Amino acid sequence: MTNKSSKRTQQHPSRCPDNSAFKQQRLPASELELTAPAVLSSFFIIGLVCLAVGICLILTVLRVQEIQINYSDICSNCSKLRENASNWKTECHCTANFTLELSMEGDVLMYYGLQNFFQNHRRYVISRSNAQLLGKDVNIENSNCEPFTIYPNGTPMAPCGAIANSMFNDTIHLSYYPNSTTVIQVPLLKRGNSWWTDKNVKFFNPPSHNLSSAFAGSARPPYWEKPVYLLDEEDDENNGYKNDDFIIWMRVSAFATFKNLYRRLSRINEFADGLPAGNYSLHISYNFPVTKFRGKKQVVFSTVVWSGGRNFFLGIAYTISGAVILLAGFILMALHLKLRKK
Amino acid sequence: MYVTCYKFTYCLIPEISSLSWFTTIVPLVLVLTITAVKDATDDYFRHNSDNQVNNRQSEVLIDGKLQKEKWMNVRAGDIIKLENNQFVAADLLLLSSSEPHGLCYIETAELDGETNLKVRQALPVTSELGDDIGRLAEFDGDVVCEPPNNKLDKFVGILSWKDNKYPLNNEKMLLRGCVLRNTVWCFGMVIFAGPDTKLMQNSGKTKLKRTSIDQLMNTLVLWIFGFLVCMGIILAIGNTVWERQVGARFRIYLYWNEVVNSSIFSGFLTFWSYIIILNTVVPISIYVSVEVIRLGHSHFINWDRKMYYPPKDTPAEAWTTTLNEELGQIEYVFSDKTGTLTQNIMTFNKCSINGKVYGEVHDDFDRKTEINKKTLPVDFSFNLLADSKIHCYDHSLIESIKLGDPTVQEFFRLLSLCHTVMTEEKNAGELIYQVQSPDEGALVTAARNFGFIFKSRTPETITVEEMGKLITYRLLAILDFNHVRKRMSVIVRNPDGQIKLYSKGADTILFERLHPSNEELMFLTSDHLGEFAGEGLRTLALAYKNLTEEQFKEWLKMYQEANTSLDSREERLSIVYEKIERDMMLLGATAIEDKLQEGVTDTIASLLLANIKIWVLTGDKQETAMNIGYSCHMLTDAMNEIFIVTGHTAIEVREELRKAKELLFGQSGGLSNDHANGEKIQESKQNSVLEETVTGDYALVINGHSLAHALEAHLENEFLETACMCKTVICCRVTPLQKAQVVELVKKHRRAVTLAIGDGANDISMIKSAHIGVGISGQEGMQAVLASDYSFAQFRYLQRLLFVHGRWSYFRMCKFLCYFFYKNFAFTLVHFWFGFFCGFSAQTVYDQWFITLFNIVYTSLPVLAMGLFDQDVSEQNSMDYAKLYEPGQLNLLFNKRRFFICMAHGIYTSTALFFIPYGAFYNAVGEDGKHIADYQSFSVTIATSLIIVVSVQIVLDTSYWTAINHFFIWGSIAVYFAILFAMHSNGIFDIFPSHFPFVGNARNSLGQMSVWLVILLTTVVSVMPVITFQFFMVDLHPTLSDKVRNLQKVQKRQKPLQSHMRQTHRTSSRRSAYAFAHQEGFGELITSGKNMRVNNLHSASGLGRTMQNSTSWIENLRKKTSETVNSFSSDRIMKL
Repeated sequence: MTNKSSKRTQQHPSRCPDNSAFKQQRLPASELELTAPAVLSSFFIIGLVCLAVGICLILTVLRVQEIQINYSDICSNCSKLRENASNWKTECHCTANFTLELSMEGDVLMYYGLQNFFQNHRRYVISRSNAQLLGKDVNIENSNCEPFTIYPNGTPMAPCGAIANSMFNDTIHLSYYPNSTTVIQVPLLKRGNSWWTDKNVKFFNPPSHNLSSAFAGSARPPYWEKPVYLLDEEDDENNGYKNDDFIIWMRVSAFATFKNLYRRLSRINEFADGLPAGNYSLHISYNFPVTKFRGKKQVVFSTVVWSGGRNFFLGIAYTISGAVILLAGFILMALHLKLRKK
Repeated sequence: MYVTCYKFTYCLIPEISSLSWFTTIVPLVLVLTITAVKDATDDYFRHNSDNQVNNRQSEVLIDGKLQKEKWMNVRAGDIIKLENNQFVAADLLLLSSSEPHGLCYIETAELDGETNLKVRQALPVTSELGDDIGRLAEFDGDVVCEPPNNKLDKFVGILSWKDNKYPLNNEKMLLRGCVLRNTVWCFGMVIFAGPDTKLMQNSGKTKLKRTSIDQLMNTLVLWIFGFLVCMGIILAIGNTVWERQVGARFRIYLYWNEVVNSSIFSGFLTFWSYIIILNTVVPISIYVSVEVIRLGHSHFINWDRKMYYPPKDTPAEAWTTTLNEELGQIEYVFSDKTGTLTQNIMTFNKCSINGKVYGEVHDDFDRKTEINKKTLPVDFSFNLLADSKIHCYDHSLIESIKLGDPTVQEFFRLLSLCHTVMTEEKNAGELIYQVQSPDEGALVTAARNFGFIFKSRTPETITVEEMGKLITYRLLAILDFNHVRKRMSVIVRNPDGQIKLYSKGADTILFERLHPSNEELMFLTSDHLGEFAGEGLRTLALAYKNLTEEQFKEWLKMYQEANTSLDSREERLSIVYEKIERDMMLLGATAIEDKLQEGVTDTIASLLLANIKIWVLTGDKQETAMNIGYSCHMLTDAMNEIFIVTGHTAIEVREELRKAKELLFGQSGGLSNDHANGEKIQESKQNSVLEETVTGDYALVINGHSLAHALEAHLENEFLETACMCKTVICCRVTPLQKAQVVELVKKHRRAVTLAIGDGANDISMIKSAHIGVGISGQEGMQAVLASDYSFAQFRYLQRLLFVHGRWSYFRMCKFLCYFFYKNFAFTLVHFWFGFFCGFSAQTVYDQWFITLFNIVYTSLPVLAMGLFDQDVSEQNSMDYAKLYEPGQLNLLFNKRRFFICMAHGIYTSTALFFIPYGAFYNAVGEDGKHIADYQSFSVTIATSLIIVVSVQIVLDTSYWTAINHFFIWGSIAVYFAILFAMHSNGIFDIFPSHFPFVGNARNSLGQMSVWLVILLTTVVSVMPVITFQFFMVDLHPTLSDKVRNLQKVQKRQKPLQSHMRQTHRTSSRRSAYAFAHQEGFGELITSGKNMRVNNLHSASGLGRTMQNSTSWIENLRKKTSETVNSFSSDRIMKL
């Protein structure tokens, strides 16, 4: 027996475990220490930083100029008209006047805003075909576009889906009245409003020598007045799926209240510095019904700063957090000192 | 797995599948694969080790030839040849053996923990077969016997062979698990094999063990599931209302589907959609992660060098990978004695001769010192036959012998004469003692080393080599040991013709029989005995008496009369013995150490400090068990009371238990009245169980036959209450099944986590029924190890297993679970909040890929690293501060309360995660005036915030930062961004436009200053309260582990302090005992010469002849040996 076992130990190495730091759980390690000085000083530092950021944000956002014109209320007759779907062919124009007390300096952006429009509803969000929008020849019947896919006669919709179907289709023009007699059409840019990646990666027209033939065999979505290849007849680069307004609409909002960039001020001539103070009017071709779902439409003019538009939430939240953290720091310090003595 | 079902079912229904199929299937497949792989490897390793036993070889007679056969192939009816020191492979009927009269010796330590040898004898008819293979092969006896059962001490059967019938009983059986000793070979016929063997019948059922955390986890998962359903219902109602109030008008843009056309039905579908979306609160990956962590912890146990035992080349092994954290919650330890606490080695340690103590080591200033490696052992080189394994450090003893001190010489002469050891001289000069009990072996070996070498014996003579001279004594009589007498004597005639009686026995017994002139010496020796006993040594007093020829002759006549009497022979013999064992002269006392395993005392002390209750369950005798209790300081004289329950009937036992209880409560009541603050303590602990109110230390010793009653339904509560109030409980003479019953009892009524540790086959049942079974490995028997969950070579490693591995495992697992639940709540509940803003439409907040990867890629590794490597205090401190173990016992680190805290934390974080971006993005635009509040940007912002918040949280939770933690945490964040950018890249969108619609999102959103400000604010808001809380707790209400951590830091700066736990108790309690493991009857065996080889037998004459006529000696022997056993086995049978 002893012979055997000794032989075995010769043949096999010892079963003694390796003496490695890993196996012996002795890996060199540092420890995170929650010592009083470290924690308290971090409280004060973080608190101060938050406070500073908050105040800075508030001051920045105060510089933003913004004006909102709620035209679904102003154009109530048009709103009423659109409530009845059978009137969809009837055009409705509406003018909304407003006055800028102060000139808006810098880049002025024009948004249309919608309230109570649930772009973030699941059935809405999924109702699109990215492949179709890439210009690929796909069978949209299998996509999530239901029920906006194919007409009863078999013609597919281009673009398909609820998002595309419900595209915002008001046209808004802005006129400036430098004095009571002169009317100047404010030059607005309709391109370059969407993300570069959307415009250049996500949306492509079907390959063809011209657009109308590219979309041959498909039909416009039911709520549209014109087919997709007529969205911007003036600019081929802004037509079809690559239309900026369309692309922007297709990027669905996270909330039911949102605003989408509609036009940018072209800073030429008298608008080189922005929108001067004075009287303006919006000429709206009112197509998009909102009152039906108790929604509202507005036009928003805004300048931007590094933190975005006029939204005080972040600044206030930072300020409050900073203050609370500082306060907590003081309380903790007091407790620490008091109980330490004990 | 409910997960599997619903996922497969509902993901495929388009109306409700709010997630694409991969989102749920990918993690699921991953989880199932990992679990399957782990289970397979587990099974494989266990199977492997089972094979080790099953593939043990034994020699089986097949076709008239002896052939090697694996254990598992042995069948009933086979004839097996066993050799010395082999394990018995199955329950055998002994047919013949190498020893005369078909005797054979077995050691049953594996079975019942008793260390003495037992005798088995074959039927005379079969023993004639000898080792004649031919005849054995022809053996065609039929055995009719009882069905397989678990009674180790009973066997009834009939052998029919050659037209005769022979009754069979337990004395002819060799049970599986025994070891053949002192017998060259024997043949046996297999009666029961494999699972039918008594050993296997006793080992209980293998139950699937689950930890309490597992169960808690399952409960929590159910709760979470309920919570999930609640959320689903809330959102479904919300959906119904929304569809009616708002959606109805919005339907011009969002038509009903053909299927979904009413708000109530829509609500119903939404419910299921939300169940799918929110199912990540019921984390399936938690199961995999938990398994992985446990696997890691098991490997750490396997790899621990501090639990590796070099002499046997045995590392600790974790046989299961599912119980680790329970090691950190042990409240009760059930320990076997033999082989677990003790080494099963007896050594002659000290002696007191004629009033002088030998065996202690003194330094230069005459102070007692501990024996260490520097102390020089006595050189036994003058003695060629000395056993080199035995060391003695007292040089004065050997000098006294050399100087020829007559008392010292007489002392050792006694040791070399008064015993029942047999010798066997192997190759030249190698003397082997065949000892019946290890105690006796130790004494005889000691005498041998000191120059009084017992060389050989015949029925009438004993040959001893005294200081080089060969002297033959005539053996006149052996006055054998029994439990009442507690002593044995021999009467010899030395070559000078003097007749001497040498006696050794329990001091109390022997002191009563001393000559009055010995009084002074007696007191001195008595003091020494007290001292020895205080060290936990087994003591024995030695005395002699010179007899005159007349005295002896007179006595011999009486003796023969008594011996031949037919009725009450026993009693009459003992009266005769009594007559001559009188007026003896005290020689001194010996102290034998029943060698505890290394470090047992310290380990037990630490375990007790950690509030772990240790119960010793042994099959051994009460005296031995109590002695060991004393030597490992589980019993001390400082204890208020030691209750000993030995009742034979239920009523007696109840009475004894009642008395004990009265004493316990009476005492405590009185005490708390005395101390004014005693009440306060009681008030503060009002909720705790009764046991807390008992002050003082108590111990309970209970015998097997009493235990049988105590375990009956009407007494078990009483027993348990009493036992649990005692600091120490020792159950002796218990059967394997009783061991399991005791464990079950505690498990059932105390709801405590139990651990059973043992080495023998008799511990299997207990090992299996305890929450955690630990086997002592490295010994020959593998049975206990195979049944165990953990195994290591030495009892002392238990401390490390519990305090280091167990504690860490528990600590890590709890931290892991807390974090995991937190993480999933924070992750998932964002959907819930979003539900209120998206028309309850089951729109997810995150990208589907993010949902898929969040648990398995982005956040799995950091928390795994924490679960594997985190340490709150160092291993040394874990060992030193036993109190650190308490949170585990009280289950403080993860319980329902903690779960709710984690849940609340998660909910809070999810609120911050959702509402801060919501506020910031509401009607907002980016810095270039373009999109920022679009769904995809919002989603990416929240996802990124979530990853960062969750990472910061793990940074705060990780207390032990190894390189791996750094790598995993920073790596995970890096991987998140890498995958994010990859998935939002142009290339992948071009290939799969419908699966990766987030193209360009990462670069557009994450390029915005305000997005980062949102992420920063979310992080600060989510994390600061946690830091506040943590700091508040650590700074103002530090737990012990916080304090130890602080100390650790201080220690690191200074030189580490030495541990201050060592304390040596010195109690003095007189527990004299005659060689506990001894069994009576061997004296008779010797004087009858039955066990002598024929060549040793001289013509029987004189005393030998008188003994010879008692042909029934073997019956006597059997009767005696089974007496004690029977008395309680009958009780047990009743019970069973």
